[in-house]
Amino acid sequence: MIEMRNISKSFRVAKRDAGMKQAVRSLFRREYSTVQALNNISFTVGDGEMVGYIGPNGAGKSSTIKVMSGILTPDSGECLIHGRTPWKSRVEHVREIGVVFGQRSQLWWDVPVDDSFELLKDIYKVPEGIYRKNREELIELLDLSEIIRTPARQLSLGQRMRCEIAAALLHSPKILFLDEPTIGLDAVSKIAVRSFIRRMNRERGTTVILTTHDMQDIEYLTERILLIGKGQILLDGSINELKRRGSAVKTLTLEYRGQRLRESPGVTIHRDEDGHAGMAVDTAVISVSELIAGITAKADVQDFSVQSESMEEMVVSLYKEFEI
Amino acid sequence: MKKYWSFFVVRMKSGLQYRAAAWAGIATQFAWGGMSLLLYRAFYESNSQALPMDYEVLSSYIWLQQALLALFMAWYFDGDILDAVSSGSVAYELCRPMDLYSMWFIKNMAVRVSRVLLRCAPILTVAVFLSEPYGLLAPVSLLAGFAFGVSLVLGFLVLVSFSMLIYVATFYTVTPNGIRILAISAVEFLAGGIIPIPFFPEWLQPIINTLPFASMQNAPLLIYIGYRSGIEVLYTLLLQAVWLSLLVLIGRLLMRRALRKVVVQGG
Repeated sequence: MIEMRNISKSFRVAKRDAGMKQAVRSLFRREYSTVQALNNISFTVGDGEMVGYIGPNGAGKSSTIKVMSGILTPDSGECLIHGRTPWKSRVEHVREIGVVFGQRSQLWWDVPVDDSFELLKDIYKVPEGIYRKNREELIELLDLSEIIRTPARQLSLGQRMRCEIAAALLHSPKILFLDEPTIGLDAVSKIAVRSFIRRMNRERGTTVILTTHDMQDIEYLTERILLIGKGQILLDGSINELKRRGSAVKTLTLEYRGQRLRESPGVTIHRDEDGHAGMAVDTAVISVSELIAGITAKADVQDFSVQSESMEEMVVSLYKEFEI
Repeated sequence: MKKYWSFFVVRMKSGLQYRAAAWAGIATQFAWGGMSLLLYRAFYESNSQALPMDYEVLSSYIWLQQALLALFMAWYFDGDILDAVSSGSVAYELCRPMDLYSMWFIKNMAVRVSRVLLRCAPILTVAVFLSEPYGLLAPVSLLAGFAFGVSLVLGFLVLVSFSMLIYVATFYTVTPNGIRILAISAVEFLAGGIIPIPFFPEWLQPIINTLPFASMQNAPLLIYIGYRSGIEVLYTLLLQAVWLSLLVLIGRLLMRRALRKVVVQGG
């Protein structure tokens, strides 16, 4: 159980204008501005939940993860994870969590991955039996047998990320924080990583909190979304809720033979040439099935496809809606 | 305790991988040691009465210093640790159920020990077989040899705990270079790394000897060559222990203060 209550954190950033004159001046007088990274963040995540944490760059996603993993001490607010305050009992707390920062590495650069695993085993005092079992399982599920004896510096990004995730799970953590775990991965690795995360959540009941910019990650993995912008939680709800908030307009593409189509209420035709038509359908006015039924009555429809707004577009319109 | 040991081992392993660097280091240290010997030869030939040490004793000092260089070189800093702070990967280290100060301390020790293991044997072997007065002599007595061992460990720990202060300072200053250069020059000079402390002016020696820097390489080397004897040896060891505890204490306090307001760089 993760409880965040009114967490705020601000950073002081030194600022100056560009240019030599300003640079010299800042030697004597520095100007600081305060950046409010987190502003009264509150949410609760239950055991075994999988939550997607989204928001534009600089919204405060990573800061929140850092507060929850005990690295960052907030200015005010309370956070209880399994009954502990992360930054106060850091050492006990981190035993129960696994963390992957997509942009950094936790593997020892010069030694084979397996040596890093061994070391993590000792650091977390994982009993030999459990370690063997976890290691076998992770090697199999993440397909690591080929690369586990290679030094981390010689791995490709995708291979390394799979090892990073394995490294975060060797001590069977109850909570897994993933900060952009699929950043820079190719399609195959992304899918492997995603299905693995889902499996861990289902089989081991690991609570997963995931930040990402990849909306497919979110769609595939999480039920619940937290949207953060300018340090505040803007939306806390399910993907469907998010979809409902998104616009109701769908795009219908048709291939047909017969008389030309005519616009009707809720339907805007973009193009209609040689039997190929594209139109926007406002489903609040007319449902797609009604519209298609109407068209097939008059024309011979050979092929059609319906597209709803993609997750990406939806998130963009959300960002716009909240002006972040 | 086991986790610290494993940590030490992994760091050692990665240190031992760089064999070419080790050979280059050995060559450099031979050249450096040889050049120092020739330089002092010139001084001794012009006036050996004015110098505080016999030439063959000085030779032992220089060879031991070269063989143990990796333990006491103040200018060496673990890039991993400096990067960890300036790039922000310290975030991972803070996610481990370990104390960061101890972790860094161990890391530091491991790098230095792995380097010295690769380098000291060839240098010592050759130095032992060099003809007098250029070679390495045995310690003046068995007891001195034993005291040398104890003092060596203490001196090494004093140096590491001092460099920990500089690592911790990186939390406060973004780029650690300024403090580093200042510290390196002070340590190298005042620890007897450039010229042995007995060569310093008489009036200055008592002051330098009480500073923490003299508790690094100077202490074990002077014990080995018999420059400290009897109660002086005990006093030297005690002073080393005092500096070690003080430096560790200060380092830990500064670290704790830094972590309370740590800002992890780069998102």
